Amino acid sequence: MEPIVQIRDLHFTRGTRKIFNGISLDIHAGQVTAFMGPSGTGKTTLLKLIGGQLRPEKGSVKVFGEYIHNVNQETLYSVRKKMGMLFQSGALLTDLNVFENVAFPLREHTQLPEQIIRDLVLLKLESVGLRGARKLMPSQLSGGMARRVALARAIVLDPSMIMYDEPFTGLDPITKGTIVTLIKELNESMGLTSVIVSHDVDETLSIADYIYVISEGEIVESGDPNNLSTSTSGWMQQFLKGLPDGPVPFHYPSEEFKSDLLVGR
Amino acid sequence: MITSALQNIGARALGVFESFGSASIFFAKIIAAVPRALTRPRLIVKEIYSVGVLSLTIIVVSGLFVGMVLGLQGYVTLVDFGAEESLGVVVAMTLVRELGPVVTALLFAGRAGSALAAEIGLMKATEQLSSMEMMAVDPIRRIITPRFIGGFISVPLLTAIFTAVGILGGRFVGVGMLGIDEGSYWSQMQANVDLIDDVANGMIKGVVFAVACVWIALYKGYSAIPTAEGISLATTHTVVNSALAVLGLDFVLTALMFGDL
Amino acid sequence: MTTRFIEIMVGLFVVLGFLALFMLAMKVSNLSRLTDNDGYEVTAYFENIGGLKVRSPVTVSGVRVGQITSIVYDADRYEARVVMRIQEEHNYFPIDTTASIYTAGLLGEQYIALEPGAEDDVLTSGDTIEFTQSALVLEEIIGKIVVKLTSG
Repeated sequence: MEPIVQIRDLHFTRGTRKIFNGISLDIHAGQVTAFMGPSGTGKTTLLKLIGGQLRPEKGSVKVFGEYIHNVNQETLYSVRKKMGMLFQSGALLTDLNVFENVAFPLREHTQLPEQIIRDLVLLKLESVGLRGARKLMPSQLSGGMARRVALARAIVLDPSMIMYDEPFTGLDPITKGTIVTLIKELNESMGLTSVIVSHDVDETLSIADYIYVISEGEIVESGDPNNLSTSTSGWMQQFLKGLPDGPVPFHYPSEEFKSDLLVGR
Repeated sequence: MITSALQNIGARALGVFESFGSASIFFAKIIAAVPRALTRPRLIVKEIYSVGVLSLTIIVVSGLFVGMVLGLQGYVTLVDFGAEESLGVVVAMTLVRELGPVVTALLFAGRAGSALAAEIGLMKATEQLSSMEMMAVDPIRRIITPRFIGGFISVPLLTAIFTAVGILGGRFVGVGMLGIDEGSYWSQMQANVDLIDDVANGMIKGVVFAVACVWIALYKGYSAIPTAEGISLATTHTVVNSALAVLGLDFVLTALMFGDL
Repeated sequence: MTTRFIEIMVGLFVVLGFLALFMLAMKVSNLSRLTDNDGYEVTAYFENIGGLKVRSPVTVSGVRVGQITSIVYDADRYEARVVMRIQEEHNYFPIDTTASIYTAGLLGEQYIALEPGAEDDVLTSGDTIEFTQSALVLEEIIGKIVVKLTSG
């Protein structure tokens, strides 16, 4: 079966900084694929490239059989309807309440009668456990709740693929556990393909089927969670265990401390 | 030294052209989305509320005071020539041709334009616009164009209200407090203010200023750097650029309409 | 509830805006006078019209009865040709009516004052007023006074 997302020889530069330097990867249907790596390695950029919000400099991004950076707006939008995206902040529309936020894609893309919209929205809210919060405004929600509402909104059109941008960052352990369970359940019950971008090692390893580790614009390691945990690479061990110093130095590159102190004397 | 200064000027000029170009493309996109935006009148009504209705207080109060000041100043000047009966003309002409459209647009830029820029900048910073795009909803069509239409409808109405209230304010001072004859206040006004030359031209100014102010506010918000500093910069630029645009356009329009340049 | 409130407020706002426009049209500007078009036009020639303008009022005994519709210079007569439109109901001006250009106040706007004559025939559309009195030009008067004072 052809992968849902095929990335070939992807190059991308932001300003003068090379974000991706010729990476190639596949995302297969029905799996939870995770991208890990230190902050600032362009994991979110990768999601935006898959979503067609950014254009690669070189190489190709093929999503649902379309070269997403090379299609007209109509095709682009029809591809996007097949994918949901969960932003780190939730990105709920601040002037609409929880119910209307979840109903938003339905109202924009369908002509469904009010009763059916209501049923669908309540169903999705129930699945994230927030049916009771439907009247609240986004400003009244905690970070975890906002992310769950955003998740309900991302699945309301029944997409085939969901992309999660840092779904675990900044959450307390209980909420984190809730999100992990939700992602896993949704993936199984709806037959979704999930793409997770994260640097939370434990949570990601616990739900991912396949993991790509990105650093310095290249894929440094890939495989299933067991493979990665037993990796012998020093870099990999430092990343997984969260050691402050190792192949990735603690210090930002600088001249020797002693000579720096003596400058101007 | 000199070459680097020249390069600097050149780079700045290029920057100005670039932002003017991207603002023009943005404007074209707004206009292209108008037909589809009109199919959702509810969204437009909501925007008329937030940019028009919520600006009403400041417009009415300012209009009243500006009219009263005009009445007072006009009287003081005219009474020296024994022409205080012409007060109505002075107040009405000043308001209909100049102060009505200009002051309304300046107040609108300060009250509604800055709010628009901040709102859109914030939507960008909190990834709302981006999430909308990912939901296959064009943010220009859903967010920007309804606001544009709302402002386009609101500003001329606000201009008319400002002008009318100002003329009533002038009447209040001139007739009510300084004892000018009510009949001559209105009849002198009617004899001199022309429906096409003055009232219609004033309204055209209102429409032009509406487009300029809303366009600037929306563009500044949409192109804001998505940080707290970027958004505050966008609101400041909105007010400053709108004020300059309104005053500059006012000169051009006045020269075209009333002047013989 | 809130949607309803917003819609009502917007409705009121739009009504208010149109009321203001209506006031500007009817009470402030000359829309009510544009119906002057159903009157009749007469012509008068003046040596000097001073500051008279198109749309300046035409009055009789201080009452406004019409307005100036055009002012051109007639090269054949070496005079200014002024066309005025007088409202239909004021169709009783004898043909020997005099038209004079006066100034409202010392520096006010200039207007045409009609002074009815004694003939039985009345002015109708296209007629010409034969008796006219030009505007008093302040500089000319001052000049005459100065000449008188210095020569005397």
